[in-house]
Amino acid sequence: MQVPAPFEYVRASSVGEAIDLLERLGPEARLVAGGHSLLPMMKLRLATPEHLIDINPLAGELGDVREEGGEVRIGAMTRHRDVLESELLVRRFPIMRDAERRIADPPVRNRGTIGGALCQADPSEDLSAVCAALKASVVIRGRGGDRVLDMVAFHRGPYETAVGDAEMLVEVRVPVRPHGGSAYEKVERRAGDWAIAAAGAALWLDGATVADAGIALSAVNPRGVRCERAEQALVGRPPSEEAFAEAAALAAEDCDPIADQRGSAEYKRHLARELTHRALRRAAERTLAS
Amino acid sequence: MAATEQRPIGFGRLKRKEDPRFLRGEGTYVDDVKLPGMLHGAILRSPLAHARIVSIDTSAAQQHPKVRVVVTGRDLEGLGLAWMPTLSADTQAVLATDKVRFQGQEVAFVVAEDRYAARDALELIEVDYEPLPVVSDVRRALDPDAPVIRDDKEGQTTNRIFDWEAGDEAETERVLADADVVVVTQEIPFQRVHPAPLETCGSVADMDPVTGKLRLWTTSQAPHAHRTLYAMVAGIPEHRIQVIAPDIGGGFGNKVPIYPGYVCSIVGSILTGRPVKWMEDRTENLTSTGFARDYLMRGRIAADRDGRIRGLRVDVLADHGAFNATAQPSKYPAGFFHIFTGSYDLEAAYCSVRGVYTNKAPGGVAYRCSFRVTEAAYLVERMVDLLAAELEMDPVELRMRNLIRSDQFPYTTKTGWEYDSGDYHATMREALRIAGYDELRREQAERRARGEHMGIGVSFFTETVGAGPKAKMDIAGLGMADGAELRVHPTGTAVVRLSVQTQGQGHETTFAQIVAEELGIPPEDVEVVHGDTDQTPFGLGTYGSRSTPVSGAAVAMVSRKVRDKARLIASAALEVAPEDLAWERGRWFVKGDPEQGRTIQELALAAHGTLTLPDGVEGHLDAEAVYDPPNLTYPCGAYIAVVDVDPATGEVRLRRFVAVDDCGVRINPMIVEGQIHGGLAEGAGIALMQHIAFDEQGNCLGGSFMYYGGRWSLEVPDWELGETVTPSPHHPIGAKGVGESSNVGSPPAIVNAIVDALAPFGVRHVDMPATPGRVWEAIRSASGTAAPPR
Repeated sequence: MQVPAPFEYVRASSVGEAIDLLERLGPEARLVAGGHSLLPMMKLRLATPEHLIDINPLAGELGDVREEGGEVRIGAMTRHRDVLESELLVRRFPIMRDAERRIADPPVRNRGTIGGALCQADPSEDLSAVCAALKASVVIRGRGGDRVLDMVAFHRGPYETAVGDAEMLVEVRVPVRPHGGSAYEKVERRAGDWAIAAAGAALWLDGATVADAGIALSAVNPRGVRCERAEQALVGRPPSEEAFAEAAALAAEDCDPIADQRGSAEYKRHLARELTHRALRRAAERTLAS
Repeated sequence: MAATEQRPIGFGRLKRKEDPRFLRGEGTYVDDVKLPGMLHGAILRSPLAHARIVSIDTSAAQQHPKVRVVVTGRDLEGLGLAWMPTLSADTQAVLATDKVRFQGQEVAFVVAEDRYAARDALELIEVDYEPLPVVSDVRRALDPDAPVIRDDKEGQTTNRIFDWEAGDEAETERVLADADVVVVTQEIPFQRVHPAPLETCGSVADMDPVTGKLRLWTTSQAPHAHRTLYAMVAGIPEHRIQVIAPDIGGGFGNKVPIYPGYVCSIVGSILTGRPVKWMEDRTENLTSTGFARDYLMRGRIAADRDGRIRGLRVDVLADHGAFNATAQPSKYPAGFFHIFTGSYDLEAAYCSVRGVYTNKAPGGVAYRCSFRVTEAAYLVERMVDLLAAELEMDPVELRMRNLIRSDQFPYTTKTGWEYDSGDYHATMREALRIAGYDELRREQAERRARGEHMGIGVSFFTETVGAGPKAKMDIAGLGMADGAELRVHPTGTAVVRLSVQTQGQGHETTFAQIVAEELGIPPEDVEVVHGDTDQTPFGLGTYGSRSTPVSGAAVAMVSRKVRDKARLIASAALEVAPEDLAWERGRWFVKGDPEQGRTIQELALAAHGTLTLPDGVEGHLDAEAVYDPPNLTYPCGAYIAVVDVDPATGEVRLRRFVAVDDCGVRINPMIVEGQIHGGLAEGAGIALMQHIAFDEQGNCLGGSFMYYGGRWSLEVPDWELGETVTPSPHHPIGAKGVGESSNVGSPPAIVNAIVDALAPFGVRHVDMPATPGRVWEAIRSASGTAAPPR
């Protein structure tokens, strides 16, 4: 039967207390938010933390989505369901709903959080690609105060982020810029499965040309999620099929998929191209509609 | 759908009697059984697929303060229980002594005060393994340099288990060699899948040290057969063994075998004198218990140019894993695979099946089918579609030309089955009508012109369900016949006792309806008792759609015996000769004077009362019956799937699915439809995603629902069901069994639809599971290039 190894459990009632606990209990302590990644890993004994610090009491403090200072700020404890249902996010960043609709299933979305997903940094996880495409930044709090990092600095690879010992992610900040559009495309084996491959794209127009672009892939890119060469290929050009095809080809070239039961490396690379192209096309449509 | 509120006395739509307790969470599953002083067991499993055990050190585990006992294969050797017989006359290690032969094999058993401690203690056991070369690819199993997996068996020098054949090889070869026929050859694997019941397997063993009686609560589809086998293997007298299968959360064939964990829980209880519970987790269930399929089939089919199918040959390499633990009638090592001629009237047919050992989990259970019928149906229905493509003929037209005609029944196939009844053309026509087949073909042509890839897939299957007869069919020497006992209480309510065991099929409702139909006692007044060997008559259990064909017949027969006895009692009560009485549902009355009669309830009271009964009639109103089926029953069906394929991603959307089943008389149509829904969802999962795959080292890649998962309700269409009714001529109520049909018939319909969608690319075949990656690769290898983005 699947039962976890012994561990101690403690609840944190404030961010400050959570950080104190992390500092006091040391590197064998783990924060638990939604728990939908950590608890299964503990039951399989792939993770054997000595202490769990439950930060669900912080859901109020860190569970807010609001627009402020030219940014949409999403608290780290915001549940997937609240991201999915946020009218503000749908209006500003439709890519969020595209992705959230296809993350796992309602029970997981009811509990799982955006901060948990980003910090777990599963290579097939969707929100890292979404945030990278939107050029979001994250706020990491420690005893010494806050650090603000972009997604490239934050996401260091599979299961690895810039969050240090005795630090925690508290907020995601997404810049609001004019004439933007975004979209997410994903192929999965069945509803709620991890992606075989997925692509997020965001475009910002300046008149008839692309002022800036964000492209990020999931499940095919163990090294990082952003596709900067593909992004650069779009800047200064009209949002055309030709430009999208070129960017999609670059994104596929720069990704590094591995073969597994979800598909061959070749197939995943093909999907990276196809889905990048589709995401760009849909992002552009939304740009023009906005 | 008709209202369920009219409560039929007899056959008809009726809400399931068992549902209130399930819907309220009040069922009692094995893991709900909690006995005073109960301990908990956990199994240490092999991380390697093939390795010699150099040593096992359990000393640290035994020091754990909550551990009561640690058992290894060496300990079991002392009890003569290190190995147990399988249902296929092979042996299987309970706990490994010499080698481990598959990843996940049972190596040691820990009994502790709680399940956490039992699991913790597993990590304290040190096993030193010496790795051996692994056979994970069935094609390599008979290579001259392949390691011999079963070197424990005297005289076993290769990995071959058996060679078996059916049909006439020379005649079939003659037809295939005919200069005038078109021959299509195709390799068709049916991948290894797993029944994956939501409730995993487990047991609670309670050996009473004072009385010597063993009570075993266990996840069993066949409690009586299990009791007898425990008596034979463990030497415990059979009357001191009580096997109780309480509520079972799905079986699908997975709960037919006896697993090492059950035996370990019994040993644990004997050694500790306390009840011991063992429940496996999801990974243990998927990686160590009975898998299904894993047939590598090569088919050859021959037809005249005008589409008359003449001959079919199939050669199978069957992967049985490390122990031959296939559950099937013992004279049929390849189960009923020789029904591979399907629903067609052929001139010649032949199959050969070679079973081999590999370093994979043992099994080969009849997963929601009657012993390899699913493999057979998939083979023939794919071959017929391949033939249709070769002949450039509509696959429905080809089938219509070759289906067995209704005037040919009873029909004896070239491999010896006697199909009892059917009207295949009518069944097919009904499916075509519901689907709007001609309109679908028109739509497909329009979509193709627009560059869209819609596919229509058809399958027609015949199942052979309800084994025996017992003279031909047995499991471990136990004939496949089943008993039933019926008692009508003085106040006219009744209890019927069954040998078969429900795992969700609705027995408590269906069997009450059979009694109601025969006796006129309302179904809610009939208690159905099953699953406890101390409470029920002997029988072989529920699998291979046996319950209605065998036990359903037994219940009808026992009800008729009670009815006949009631007639004698009525004759005494009414002072007329029995011949002068006529039956209407629930009542015997005097012919010509219908006012003069007695209801079954009145007769029950009379039977227990002071009425002087006729000579030779004992008191009370009860009877027993054992039903030995004269033949199997042969349900059939015509299925049509409609899919849309995105060739740029390989994604398949199952848009529509039409299923017309002919299972003879339907006792409770609502339960029948529920069964069909479930089997279709499983079939869709098998066709599109599910695969218990292994890597070269024999690591199982399907050990959790993250990797091995079925369809969600979100991903299946609204099933469009239809029926034709051809009663079985030899079954007392004309029923045929239906619980498995839809899992048999749906995979070929879905694969045929996908291949049909991809025909413009030149694709002729796609292996299951047709994942997006596989579909994309099939397009690419057929057309040379991947489709451009749209």
